[in-house]
Amino acid sequence: MTETLVSFDAATGRYDPVIGLETHVELGTASKMFCGCPASFGAEPNTQVCPVCLGLPGSLPVVNAVAIESAIRIGLALNCAIASWCRFARKNYFYPDMPKNFQISQYDEPLCTNGWLDVTIHPEGAPPQQIRVEIERVHLEEDTGKTQHMGGATGRIHGADYSLVDYNRAGIPLVEIVTKPITGTGPLAPLAARAYVAELRDLLRALGVSDVRMEEGSLRCDVNTSIAPKGSDRWGTRTETKNVNSLRSVERSVRFEIERQAALLDAGHRIVLETRHFHEDSGITTPGRSKEEAQDYRYFPEPDLVPVAPPADWVETLRAALPELPSARRARFQSEWNLSDHDMAALTNAGALDLVAETVAAGAPPEARKWWLGPILERANAQGSTLPGLATLAGISKLGAHGEVLTPERALAWHVARVDELVADGKLNDKLARQVLDGVLAGEGSPDEVIATRGLAIVSDDTALLAAIDEAIAAKPDIAQKIRDGKTAAAGVFVGAVMKATRGQADAARVRELILQRLQ
Amino acid sequence: MTAGLTSMTAAEMAAAIASGEVSAVEVTQAHLDRIAAVDGQVHAFLHVAAGQALAAARAVDAKRAAGDALGLLGGVPIAVKDVFATADMPTTCGSRILDGWQPPYESTVTGRLRAAGAIPLGKTNMDEFAMGSSTENSAFGPSHNPWDLTRVPGGSSGGSSAAVAAFEAPLATGTDTGGSIRQPAAVCGIVGVKPTYGGSSRYGVVAFASSLDTPGPLARTVLDAALLHEAMSGHDPCDSTSIDAPVPPVVAAARQADVEGMRIGVVTELGGEGYEPGVLARFSEAVELLESLGAKIVEVSCPHFAYALPAYYLIAPSECSSNLARFDAMRYGLRSGDDGTRSAEEVMSITRGEGFGAEVKRRIILGAYALSSGYYDAYYGKAQQVRTLVIRDFDAAFGQADVLISPSTPTTAFKIGERADDPMAMYLADLCTIPSDLAGNAALSVPCGLAPENGLPVGLQIMAPVLADDRTYRVGAAVEAALHDRWGHPLLAEAPEL
Repeated sequence: MTETLVSFDAATGRYDPVIGLETHVELGTASKMFCGCPASFGAEPNTQVCPVCLGLPGSLPVVNAVAIESAIRIGLALNCAIASWCRFARKNYFYPDMPKNFQISQYDEPLCTNGWLDVTIHPEGAPPQQIRVEIERVHLEEDTGKTQHMGGATGRIHGADYSLVDYNRAGIPLVEIVTKPITGTGPLAPLAARAYVAELRDLLRALGVSDVRMEEGSLRCDVNTSIAPKGSDRWGTRTETKNVNSLRSVERSVRFEIERQAALLDAGHRIVLETRHFHEDSGITTPGRSKEEAQDYRYFPEPDLVPVAPPADWVETLRAALPELPSARRARFQSEWNLSDHDMAALTNAGALDLVAETVAAGAPPEARKWWLGPILERANAQGSTLPGLATLAGISKLGAHGEVLTPERALAWHVARVDELVADGKLNDKLARQVLDGVLAGEGSPDEVIATRGLAIVSDDTALLAAIDEAIAAKPDIAQKIRDGKTAAAGVFVGAVMKATRGQADAARVRELILQRLQ
Repeated sequence: MTAGLTSMTAAEMAAAIASGEVSAVEVTQAHLDRIAAVDGQVHAFLHVAAGQALAAARAVDAKRAAGDALGLLGGVPIAVKDVFATADMPTTCGSRILDGWQPPYESTVTGRLRAAGAIPLGKTNMDEFAMGSSTENSAFGPSHNPWDLTRVPGGSSGGSSAAVAAFEAPLATGTDTGGSIRQPAAVCGIVGVKPTYGGSSRYGVVAFASSLDTPGPLARTVLDAALLHEAMSGHDPCDSTSIDAPVPPVVAAARQADVEGMRIGVVTELGGEGYEPGVLARFSEAVELLESLGAKIVEVSCPHFAYALPAYYLIAPSECSSNLARFDAMRYGLRSGDDGTRSAEEVMSITRGEGFGAEVKRRIILGAYALSSGYYDAYYGKAQQVRTLVIRDFDAAFGQADVLISPSTPTTAFKIGERADDPMAMYLADLCTIPSDLAGNAALSVPCGLAPENGLPVGLQIMAPVLADDRTYRVGAAVEAALHDRWGHPLLAEAPEL
């Protein structure tokens, strides 16, 4: 079905969007929510299962205390109130990837409520803008298994020849974070949605509660969008877009829904309350389940679990132990590194903040960020990856100062710091530095190893340089004469020739100096 | 009355095996022989694991030969209700939907019993998923009451009560959700105990109604029940609702067996209209007996007990509608209609239609309705409020009395088929037992004689506060001893020969 769309500018000129986000985060606990099975990603299907997470008759759940702690820490970081007493509830519905045909979740008694998260939007060609996103609730639940529909054209259940279910994911702890409706962002709504998810992702990463990888599904977003004519005192009917698996998709899905809904309203149609699926390839949403024939989940308190009652002093201990949160950290870096808002925005938008921080931690000055924003970012873009993604992709490894295995991101940051150091010491020039980084990203080893194997060190031996200079001068005596006559700018010709002769491995400034000495 | 090894009490068997007077293999073989002889008439067992039982008995004998301690129930055979997951025997819950299902794991209770040296003989019949009071809801046919084979043995733990009353096993496990241990024990003339909720682990017990299900013992004597109670109970980290407290001193209480100075409350609301005259007559005699033994009898009123049964029939079905959702043909058990053309949803629907019996379907539908949006507050919510009021009634009553007593059931065993088409009449069988399930407190049923009009057993129910299970044993053992003295033999001696 092709949709009639209204241009985004026209749509937001006539309508005010309201958005809301439900984010599911897979916690990085060692074991599952209600049993001792490992919660790690990527094992052979159905190898991380037991009677409990398979929902075998007679099995019973036991709450993972670490998951409760993580959820409370998330709630605290989001400025929520932490319930002194709450319960799990059963959400009943039939689906083959639900081992018990109910999901243990929380319903009317969530663990955390009423918080907020400040988010900075960076509109193109306009100053950054900060908005406060109100958080409705944060609650805990268990993930379902994963169904793969085999055969058929769509990969959807309809038309499939058969389906395979992997229960490794069943029972992995999920935290659901629900915003209150976000209003008043107008045409910035898509960016606001994206900025919120990005900020939330950074916050969760800082808390160390999840690896927050959208592409692996450990951070999943449902985006609610509605629009209403400007000046209306009522909100429009919302749609809920599922399957939004990247920051870019968050932005695009809101944008598309605004355009689609505006076209419908313009044509006098109504918006159907429904679930829609976002398609990464085409950037459009298509209808899923209609919520107007809404399922009745028959929630009731989970009788197999006792209530969760986190003691107030424990909650305060957790609050006191929260790490520095991303917004505070950003402010600190900006001031420590003496960056303008614009420079800071460039750094955050490129996802380079942590990498630069690591590079600085490895001994480089803040200016070393230019390697990240320049050659490395170019390469990431060329490969359709991100800065942190690139490090992982390159499979870079390095041992830390104490022999520990560094993450690929940290390892790359250490390598970048080393390159910066070599440049500062005059051992590399910019051009060589780029080649060294290329080698590092190609998995050829540390900067020093790349220099050794590729033979990239600067030629600092004046004798070798002078030989090349004399050769160049002999080839073009007329130019040499001009320089002798005082036209020193013409030295560039010889510099180029010498650089070419040394395959770029000379310090151009030094070469120029030597040429001028030779010809005076 | 069968002489020999099968007529011994569990306590006697354990002692005889420990002393070497008799071997565990001999005791086990005697019970297997008894099962072979009488279970054709009684149909207490769904599965008999003769080979495994004898192997376990041999292991006990080997331990004894090696001089090792045998455990509390070393060598004592036990019948296991088919609701407990057993890793070496099928577990069907009396349902076609689980026909042939072999659990890959063991319930905490049966694991503990094996560790205590008990010898599981097999799995006993039950109303499907423990829903019923007669075993007539079993997909595999009813069990028969050894006192009168045309009558029901009660339910849902009716296979267990029949097995114990028929001397096929000295002990059996059961589960009590609305009376499913006490009611079958009462109508079979044996002892049955619903421990404090959370006192015995539910891990590996296929759930009917999670907030009510309580595993407990069935036995021919109060002391035997206490031994089994002790062996099967205690905190289990695999069950969040399990209480982290020591097991009440039930064995000591069963041996103490005196009521001197105890305040015993007679619950006004549990008696009168709807109760068989013979039941009320034996109950009154029991009250007089207790008074003659030195107890102080007080009348207590629990006005909200009248609403306990309707509240139960909202809470239990609500939980069951969710608990039984997992039986969907996807991973284990029955699968019907999977002809390659049907969707998963259709196969689930066909399987559940064929796999569940009428009563189970009735309760799933009731429960799904009670939980549905718009009705939740009026049904499930209101029922939970009633539950709170029942708990308060108990609290107030236990302020006046150390234990409360009532008949265990309004009637003696009814005929097979008599109530099968009348669910309401069937539900009334649990009238006296349901309040303690809702409140989670301890309750025991002990035989107190035969109803004069039909010669069938009557049970006396003794209820005690949460974690005061020992009081029920103390009073039950006192009644048992006094009646034994009066009759000169145990009640079961009067049961007809099979």
